Amino acid sequence: MWNVSLIPDQASTTARRVDALFLFDLGALVFFTGLVVVLILGFLIRYRQSAKVNRADPPRTSVKLEILWIGTPLALGMTMFTWGFIAYYHQYSPPADATDIYVVGKRWMWKLQHPEGKSEISELHVPVGQAVRLVMTSEDVIHSFFVPAFRIKQDVLPGRYTEMWFRPTKAGRFHLFCAEFCGTNHSRMVGSVVVQTPEDYARWLSSGVGSASMARQGEELFVRYHCMGCHGASQMVRAPRLEGVYGSRVPIQEGSAIRFVTADDRYIRDSILLPKSQVAAGYEPVMPSFQGQIAEADLLKIIEYIKSLGAKGTDR
Amino acid sequence: MTLLDAGPATREDYLGKHTLKSWLLTTDHKRIGLLYMGLITFFFFIGGAAITVARLELLTPRGDLLASADAYNRLFTIHGIIMVWFFLIPAIPATLGNFLMPMMIGAKDLAFPRLNLLSWYILLIAGLFEIAVLIGGGVDTGWTFYTPLSSMFSNSMVVPAATGVFIAGFSSILTGLNFLVTVHTMRAPGMTWFRLPLFVWANYANSIILVLATPILAITLACLALERTLRVGIFDPALGGDPILFEHLFWFYSHPAVYVMILPAMGVVSEIIPCFARRPIFGYRAMAWCVVAIAVLSFLVWGHHLFVSGQSMYASAAFSILSFLIAVPSGIKIFNWTSTLYKGSIRFNTPMLYALGFLGLFTIGGLTGMMLASLAVDVHVHDTYFIVAHFHYIMVGGAVMAYLGGVHFWWPKLTGKMYPEIAGKLSALLVFVGFNLTFFPQFVLGYLGMPRRYYEYPPEFQVLNVLSTAGASILAVGYILPLFYLGFSFWYARPSGPNPWRATGLEWQTASPPPPENFEEVPLVTTGPYEYRPDESEVDDVDD
Repeated sequence: MWNVSLIPDQASTTARRVDALFLFDLGALVFFTGLVVVLILGFLIRYRQSAKVNRADPPRTSVKLEILWIGTPLALGMTMFTWGFIAYYHQYSPPADATDIYVVGKRWMWKLQHPEGKSEISELHVPVGQAVRLVMTSEDVIHSFFVPAFRIKQDVLPGRYTEMWFRPTKAGRFHLFCAEFCGTNHSRMVGSVVVQTPEDYARWLSSGVGSASMARQGEELFVRYHCMGCHGASQMVRAPRLEGVYGSRVPIQEGSAIRFVTADDRYIRDSILLPKSQVAAGYEPVMPSFQGQIAEADLLKIIEYIKSLGAKGTDR
Repeated sequence: MTLLDAGPATREDYLGKHTLKSWLLTTDHKRIGLLYMGLITFFFFIGGAAITVARLELLTPRGDLLASADAYNRLFTIHGIIMVWFFLIPAIPATLGNFLMPMMIGAKDLAFPRLNLLSWYILLIAGLFEIAVLIGGGVDTGWTFYTPLSSMFSNSMVVPAATGVFIAGFSSILTGLNFLVTVHTMRAPGMTWFRLPLFVWANYANSIILVLATPILAITLACLALERTLRVGIFDPALGGDPILFEHLFWFYSHPAVYVMILPAMGVVSEIIPCFARRPIFGYRAMAWCVVAIAVLSFLVWGHHLFVSGQSMYASAAFSILSFLIAVPSGIKIFNWTSTLYKGSIRFNTPMLYALGFLGLFTIGGLTGMMLASLAVDVHVHDTYFIVAHFHYIMVGGAVMAYLGGVHFWWPKLTGKMYPEIAGKLSALLVFVGFNLTFFPQFVLGYLGMPRRYYEYPPEFQVLNVLSTAGASILAVGYILPLFYLGFSFWYARPSGPNPWRATGLEWQTASPPPPENFEEVPLVTTGPYEYRPDESEVDDVDD
C-alpha cells in the first residue's frame, strides 16, 4: 500500500514512447509554472505596498512582449503536437507481424478469443515480444480497453470494430481496466493481461481442454448459418466466392459507378449484417441480413474463417 | 470619472424594501443577481454534499460506506449535473454579471428586466425539479449521458434528468441574449468598446457561446429522449444509430461550456488584479481580443474528447492542433496578468489572494490541458483521474476561486458592508491548500492508471486517495467558512462606504449599495476602466 511510484510499470514498446513525451510535457509544465510563480512572487515582494521602490510609469503594453508570449505557447504547442501525433500514429498502427486476438466487451466482463481456439474471460495471455493486434467490439454499451502498463486505450463500441495493438516487453501480470463508464459494475469490469515467455505461452495455449481453432469453429458456423449454400463450391445462387477476399480490393456497385473498398474486418461484418449496403459488382443484392441473429463472438469466428481462406484463393 | 463623496445616503438603496413580494417580483438586475447568488449557493452545497459522500467512500479500495455501486454512481452523477449546469455555468455571469454589467457600462438595468427575472425562475424550477429527480429517483449515467448506456441500458430516470437540464438551458440562452443586447445598446455616453471593463468583454464573449451552443445541447438531449422513449434509432447501433454521433453533439456543446465557466472567471481576475496592484492592466486590448479568440476557438476543439473513441486519426490530429491554438490566448492572459504586478503597489486583501490563487492554479490547469492535447499522452490518461484533476484545476481552481474572489471584491458593492478581512484571508488560504491537496494526488493517480468513476479500485491506489479525501475535508471548511462570515457581515458589519477599494470602475462611482436606478444621473465616460495609480506617498522616486 505504501510503495507509491509516480510512473507506472513500463511493459510495452509504446510505454517508453508515451513516457518520453509525458516527461517532456511535464518538463514544460514545471518550467512555465515555475517561471510564472517566480515572476509573481518576485513582483509581489518587490512591489508590495510598503516597499520603497520606483513605481513611476508602469508600462501599459509592449508589442515585443506580446509577440513573445504569442510565440512561446505557439512554439511549445506545435512541438507537443508534432511529437504527440508521431507517437499517436505509432500507438494505433499495428506492425505487419502482429497476430490477432479478438475482444468482445459485455457488461461487465471481457471475452477474449485467440485464433488458435482458446478463449478467456477478463484475462488475456500473450507472449512477451510478440506484437498483438486487438480487434474489439461490444455487445451492449461503450466500453474502453485500457492497460496502463502498456499506455494504450481504445473505446470498444457496439456495432463496430475498433482496433489497437501492443508489443509487451516484459513478463508479468498487468491491470486491465474498463475506462469508459458502463453502468453499475463498471469498476468490476477489470481483469489482467498475463505476459508470458514464449515457452510458457505455448504451454498455456496447448493446455486444458483442446478446442478447435477459431477458423475451424467459424467454418462450422459458416455451414450452420447456410452461408455455404451460396458462397460455397456447390453454389446454387450466384454469390462471390470468398477465397482470397480478405485484405483484397473489392469492387462495389454504386448506381452506375464502381468503387473499390478493402475487404477488412469491418467490410465483412457489414456484409453479413447489412448486405445491401455494399454489393460486390456483378452480383444481385439477394443476400438476407443476419442482423441480430449471430452473436458478436460468432461473427468474429466467421471472419477468422474467411480470413483463413486467403491461402486457398488459387483454386477458384 | 470622479469619486463620489462618501456622504450619507440621502435616498433609499436597492435593498430598501423588505417584503417577500418585493423580492420575488423584482425586475431590478441587482436583486435578481442576489436571488441567483442564493440559488446557486444552495445548488453548490447540494453538489458538494454528494461528492463528499463519494469521496469518503474512496477512502478504502473496497465498497463499504455506501450500500451499492449504484449508490456511488448516482452520487457522482448528482455532483456532475448539479455543479456543471446549476452552479458553474450560471455562477459568475448570472450573479456578479447580472449585478455588475449594467453598472459597469453605465446603464440603469439590463435590456430586458422581466426576461431576466424569467431566467431566474426557469433556473429555479429546473434546479428544484432536477434535484427531486436526482435524489428522489436517481440517475447513474454520469453527467455526460453517453449513449447507448443512457438511451437503452440505464434503469434510472434519464429522461426526467435530461428534461431538467433541457429546461435550465433556456435560462442560459435568455441570460446570454439579454447580456448581448445590453452591451450593444445600453452603454453610457463615452463608453466605447475599448473602454469596456474586461469583465464586460468576458461576459460578452461568454454570452455568444451561451446563445450559440446551448441549443445544440437541447437538440442532443431531445434526440436522447426520443431514442429512449420511442426507440427512434439515432445513437444505438442496434436501432441503426451511431453512439459516436452523441459524443460529437454532446461535446460540441460541452466543450464551449467549459469556456462559459472560465471566461467570466478571467473577467473577474482582470478586475481584481489592477485594483490591488494600483496600476493599469497590462495589454488591455490584447486581453479583450483574447477572450473573443477563446470564444471563437472554443467551438472548434470538441473532438479532443474523442481521441480514443475510434474517430479518424487525422480528425484527432486536426483537433489536437486546434486545441494547442486555444492555449495561445490563454497563455497571453496569464503573462499579462503577471506583468500587471510589475511596478505596482500591491495589497494583499482577500480578493487579491483569490486572484493570485487563480493565476497559479489556472496555469497548472492550462498546461495540463496542453499535455492532454498531445495525442499520445491523452490516450493513456483519458478517462483516468488525470482528467478529473485537470478539469478541476480549471473549474474549481479557476472558476470557483475567481467567483469567491469576485464575491469578496464586490461584497461592499452588493451589500454596503465590509466582510471581516482575517476570516476572508483564512478562507482563501484553506481553499488554496485544501484544493491542491485534493486534486494534485489525482494527477498522479491518473498517470498510474486509476480510471475515473470507479466505486472500487486496486489497493495500490489507496494512499493517494486518502490524501485526496483529506484535502477535500480542508476544502469543505474553506467553502463553508464564507457562508458564515459573509452572512454575518451582511447584517452586522460596519458600512464599507461607497468605494472601499478606491476602484476606478464605473460600478464604484455610485453609492454602495447602489440606488435602484444605479446612477443618480447618466454618467459620462471619458477614460478607460483601469486608471489606477499608487498613493502619492508610495510613489518613491528611488532609482532601482
